[in-house]
Amino acid sequence: MKHNNYFKVFTLTSIWAWLSIFVLLSFCMTLIASLLTPNEQTIFSLPFTLSNYTQLFNLIYVKIFLKSLYLALLCTSICLLLGYPFAYFLTKTNEKYREFLLILLIIPFWTSSLIRTYAIIAIIKTKGVLNTLLISLGIIHHPLQLLFTNTAVIIGLVYNLLPFMILPLYANLEKHDQSLIEAAKDLGATKFTIFKRITLPLSMPGIISGAILVILPSMTLFYIPDLLGGAKSLLLGNLIEYQFLTAHNWSQGSATSMLLTLLMGLLLIVYWHSMKKTNTKEFS
Amino acid sequence: MTDYVIELQDINKRFHDQHVLNNINLQIKHGEFLTLLGPSGCGKTTILRMISGFEQPTHGQLLIDGKNANNLIAEARNVHTVFQSFALFPHMTVYENVAFSLRCQKLPETEIKPRVFEALQIVKLADFAQRKPAQLSGGQQQRVAIARAIINRPLVLLLDEPLSSLDYRLRKSMQVELKQLQRKLGITFIFVTHDQEEALSMSDRVVVLHDGQIQQIGKPREVYENPANLTVAKFIGEVNIFPTTVIAYQNNAITVEIEGQVHSYKSKKAYLPEDKVNILLRPEDIRVYDTTEVDDTNDMYPGIIEEVIYKGTTVDLMVKLNSGKVIHAMEFFDEDDDSLVYTLGEKVWIQWIRGWEVILPHEA
Repeated sequence: MKHNNYFKVFTLTSIWAWLSIFVLLSFCMTLIASLLTPNEQTIFSLPFTLSNYTQLFNLIYVKIFLKSLYLALLCTSICLLLGYPFAYFLTKTNEKYREFLLILLIIPFWTSSLIRTYAIIAIIKTKGVLNTLLISLGIIHHPLQLLFTNTAVIIGLVYNLLPFMILPLYANLEKHDQSLIEAAKDLGATKFTIFKRITLPLSMPGIISGAILVILPSMTLFYIPDLLGGAKSLLLGNLIEYQFLTAHNWSQGSATSMLLTLLMGLLLIVYWHSMKKTNTKEFS
Repeated sequence: MTDYVIELQDINKRFHDQHVLNNINLQIKHGEFLTLLGPSGCGKTTILRMISGFEQPTHGQLLIDGKNANNLIAEARNVHTVFQSFALFPHMTVYENVAFSLRCQKLPETEIKPRVFEALQIVKLADFAQRKPAQLSGGQQQRVAIARAIINRPLVLLLDEPLSSLDYRLRKSMQVELKQLQRKLGITFIFVTHDQEEALSMSDRVVVLHDGQIQQIGKPREVYENPANLTVAKFIGEVNIFPTTVIAYQNNAITVEIEGQVHSYKSKKAYLPEDKVNILLRPEDIRVYDTTEVDDTNDMYPGIIEEVIYKGTTVDLMVKLNSGKVIHAMEFFDEDDDSLVYTLGEKVWIQWIRGWEVILPHEA
């Protein structure tokens, strides 16, 4: 009993310590840094200022922000459209194949996503695998210019983030009570009605958790737009990277990071509310 | 309109190589409360799922309202099911749940609304229309499931062990409610249960199933008092069985020896000497007497009280006979009788009223 208690205290303390140091402390440091004045010699210095934030309203930043948001939403939508049917049919597949398919889905994680992104370059570049194949098959006559376009960024993001959409969707769809489907059939519902009125609404929590897991990294994965989008494609993720590493403007970078954190917080609130909607009793 | 609302003709069902149903022949009348009774795995749920359209027979024919329904999909059958788990749609309100089948038919909302409230009134839930299923008690959820299934005025309502998830008291009151509801609506109810008491108290007719075969079809009283075979006798209620051999058969009576005593019992069925038979007695048919209470012990069997189980309205006794066989007797309390006090090891005499025994041939 007592031994158990020590273990409990130890586990909880270490988690709290870990989170305090690496999340809370670094968050506070970023917050403070975002409020300091940028300085060439010491990186930043007093006095406190809000100018780092007001500068974010500069048209260039607003454009980057909107473009990032647009690409992230597009990426999330594509992931949902590709991932939902996959997750849905996964739950309908024979148990034996299902495990196999899930493993296939997870295998790419064993390789660094940076390396996989380089592999995408090899495939889509002007003299890459894809163009060579399409030209030799006579489908196209001039190589497609995919690399260094938004399309390439989307391909890279979707490829990297699709499993994050599929897994929560699958976890949700798998738990659906089959007797509800039978009850709906029994009451005369067609397949389409069952999907629209039973399966889809009940999978909303899965859709939302999948969407959140995709939209956040798709705004911040800086190396994908760096590698696939080229110099033109400046998104929120590489903006922060640029501000810290190239411009050495840590305060500005911190302020942009805070904006992103705020956005993430808002999304989590949305998520929390939608979960409450589906679970609580007083909702009607 | 045909004579039978549902007819099963030589229905067989195999899952892989396993025979789940064997030659099921069953006719269900309009407006009848029919119960499919049997232990788990006897095939009762398979029959129900076949009628609802979720399973297809391997052989045989299913008629709904006189028409072959073998290839009719579940959505198109005018039968609705109340599921064991209720299967209420958790994201919809009670109103939306009940309105579901009408909305599937794309009826105008002006027609749906009164019908939903009518159905909810029948199950006394009109005030709960805007609640979610999770906000209702088990009994209320059950009633929503019933309202949802009857709103479309089905030919037949199928009920798959709908009371098994309710507690004892609620189950009792729902039994009465269901029976009353069935009378009021006049819809045919096909009720599946493994609870023999439920089956006896609610049904017009009981179908006893075992190992995928119909053992007996009859009124509750028939299956209890005149079981067709040992399986039925053992499954419905408690029974004491005395296996014995026919000594003689004459004048519509068999002569047999039980516990060292030779007696004759009326039997419509003819037996030959040496035929093996079973004499069956329900615990409530057995009388137990104190040694001081009786003078004439002819036709009585001596025994020793092994166990006394007090049950409120009855006291259950396990009595060990001379041969070592233990029988189960049930005595009802009687205001004037204070002799219902038994002690373990007490010597008693037991007897049963002639003619209350059931004689069944031996089954291999």
